[in-house]
Amino acid sequence: MTKPLLDVRDLRVTFQIRREGAMPWTAPTPLHAVGGVDFSLNPGETLGVVGESGCGKSTLARALIGLVPATGRAEWIDGKDLVAMTPRQMMRYRSDIQMVFQDPLASLNPRMTVGQIIAEPLKTHRPGLSSAEVKTRVKAMMEKVGLLPNQINRYPHEFSGGQCQRIGIARALIVEPKLIICDEPVSALDVSIQAQVINLLIRLQKELGLALVFIAHDLSVVKHISDRVMVLYLGKVMEIGSSDDLFADPQHPYTQALLSAVPVPDPDHDVAGSVVPLSGDLPSPMNPPSGCVFRTRCPRAQAACAEQVPALMGQDHRTACHFPGPLTEEEIARARKTEAA
Amino acid sequence: MALLEIDNLSVRFATNDGEVQAVNQVNLSVDPGETLGIVGESGSGKSQLSFALMGLLAKNGRASGSVRFDGQEILNAPPRVLNRIRAEKIAMIFQDPMTSLNPYMRVSDQMAEVLTLHKGMSKRQAVAEAVQMLDAVKIPDARGRVRLYPHEFSGGMRQRVMIAMALLCRPQLLIADEPTTALDVTVQAQIMTLLADLQREFGMAMILITHDLGVVAGSCERVAVMYGGRIRETGPVGPLFAEPAHPYTQGLLHAIPRIDQQGEELAAIPGSPPNMTHPPAGCAFAPRCPYRRGGCDDQRPPLEGFAPDRARACFAPLADVLAGRETVRVADLDAALGDQQDDQLMPEAAVAGAGMAAAPSKVDTHD
Repeated sequence: MTKPLLDVRDLRVTFQIRREGAMPWTAPTPLHAVGGVDFSLNPGETLGVVGESGCGKSTLARALIGLVPATGRAEWIDGKDLVAMTPRQMMRYRSDIQMVFQDPLASLNPRMTVGQIIAEPLKTHRPGLSSAEVKTRVKAMMEKVGLLPNQINRYPHEFSGGQCQRIGIARALIVEPKLIICDEPVSALDVSIQAQVINLLIRLQKELGLALVFIAHDLSVVKHISDRVMVLYLGKVMEIGSSDDLFADPQHPYTQALLSAVPVPDPDHDVAGSVVPLSGDLPSPMNPPSGCVFRTRCPRAQAACAEQVPALMGQDHRTACHFPGPLTEEEIARARKTEAA
Repeated sequence: MALLEIDNLSVRFATNDGEVQAVNQVNLSVDPGETLGIVGESGSGKSQLSFALMGLLAKNGRASGSVRFDGQEILNAPPRVLNRIRAEKIAMIFQDPMTSLNPYMRVSDQMAEVLTLHKGMSKRQAVAEAVQMLDAVKIPDARGRVRLYPHEFSGGMRQRVMIAMALLCRPQLLIADEPTTALDVTVQAQIMTLLADLQREFGMAMILITHDLGVVAGSCERVAVMYGGRIRETGPVGPLFAEPAHPYTQGLLHAIPRIDQQGEELAAIPGSPPNMTHPPAGCAFAPRCPYRRGGCDDQRPPLEGFAPDRARACFAPLADVLAGRETVRVADLDAALGDQQDDQLMPEAAVAGAGMAAAPSKVDTHD
């Protein structure tokens, strides 16, 4: 078996939140944004991360590149632990792990030209390069992502959203990273442009042998691009498995509810007959339910679910549920009834 | 008789970069109780169309044409007339429930305001009615929560409050502008089911404006596809999705990854949407169209019926589009578009004007 590029064990991110209106001397409440995530990523592989807003997917991304303090272990392919590193030690690994952000325009400095933006990582991480060499590399990279090299002196506002995202991708790729973390890279784009950017990412990944962590809330996009998929809920992994397996045969009740809610562009698709509604709202992460965090909205919840935190069980397709398996007609009917009441 | 008849509606914005032709000669009608979906990408004019109906255009906007609601002309009507129609006959819900509710007012006060103004109810009566409507949109413990402020609700609950507020006067037509775009899929499913239930219960018609073809397929009876401010194709939802007759509709359907199918490479539409300050002389989609032929670049194709209830605006023969007989290779289009990327950029003013109804504009109106 090949050694994974990144092996994450029990990664946790905890924020200390002082409640609104609380006195300055009261102790802050811990908020577990990411509560013990385990996964591994092979070189050249794409891991999709899905979940609803507030499930900790963006925090996970930021923790992996050290933008927020985390605990646990994230072992890079050379055996070093990324989480325990000081910023100075981390510096060397920054050029191996790059990030593409959600808002294409906001993540580019409006006062820098495209050339300066794309060259900046190169100047930081490869200080030995001559400026002529930097320029050639920037131009080559612009061509690679579908921008015209003669646009090198333009400013970000002169580009459309899709092109700005191409600039963001070029900036991430210029230092030849091994892993790119994409945090909702296409959710701000229109359908026709979204397809262009997805195709570009897939093409570049094949060409350069990149590993991707692809975070998105759009499950159809994740299914299209990912080799494996991880489903998060309230900072915990609910289910992780190969994309084909997980979408064809979801085991966790939450995954099933999530998949059933995705709108299908086919008028013959029976919406009312397929959606498994989730009752209520996402619980507050400051005060998560005991045991399984999903139990308050689960159509299959039982007494045991409140007592014990379910572990991730299974070989390749792993599920954190005491009672995994497809929902029965009875359970779906019960879920609809609670929702209607 | 149709409930709403839109005839030759155009919307123009005066900006420093010139006139933006946001909506061009749109004809549409909505029957009582019917759901019409309007699909398009950002800048296609779908939101400005609905703002024009409601008299909510930004100051530099001008609407022309005719819009009749129940036989009465409402386009550019004086505020006195519009105020009797807004909320009472036509209600609207917006994309972002946080910015559309007044953060300084309790939900009870903002909802009661609608009823005291339009129905002349007493405050007490109005709040009781508001609680009833919050119940109808399935907000748990409506009586207790009606006193809360909007920020104390979650995103999905806020959207429910907006829907409840829109329905207070039992309108005959509800315009929903991207009602679920800001929400998670599970919440989106809840809201769409709720809208369908309420529509049945109150017997109202709905115009659903969205960019999500999945949402349209699940909830509309008829669809209008917009591109570059014009309607490209209209028809009942079934045939339109099964056999898209316009190259743009076809392109859109091929460009979305689908959860119910195994993925191959996505067939992206090359290039980007046109700049509506300087729209192409011919068909606005021609530069990106794989079925392009002579004439497409100089002449605008009219919207013509070709089957019962279906119409499309395209010069390419229907049989060619349905059979996928393309005249230009997508790779060649891509190359051609790369050279003219400069012309394809959206002007900033056009982007800033979109989605901001009646917002004070920096641009002077020219009279």
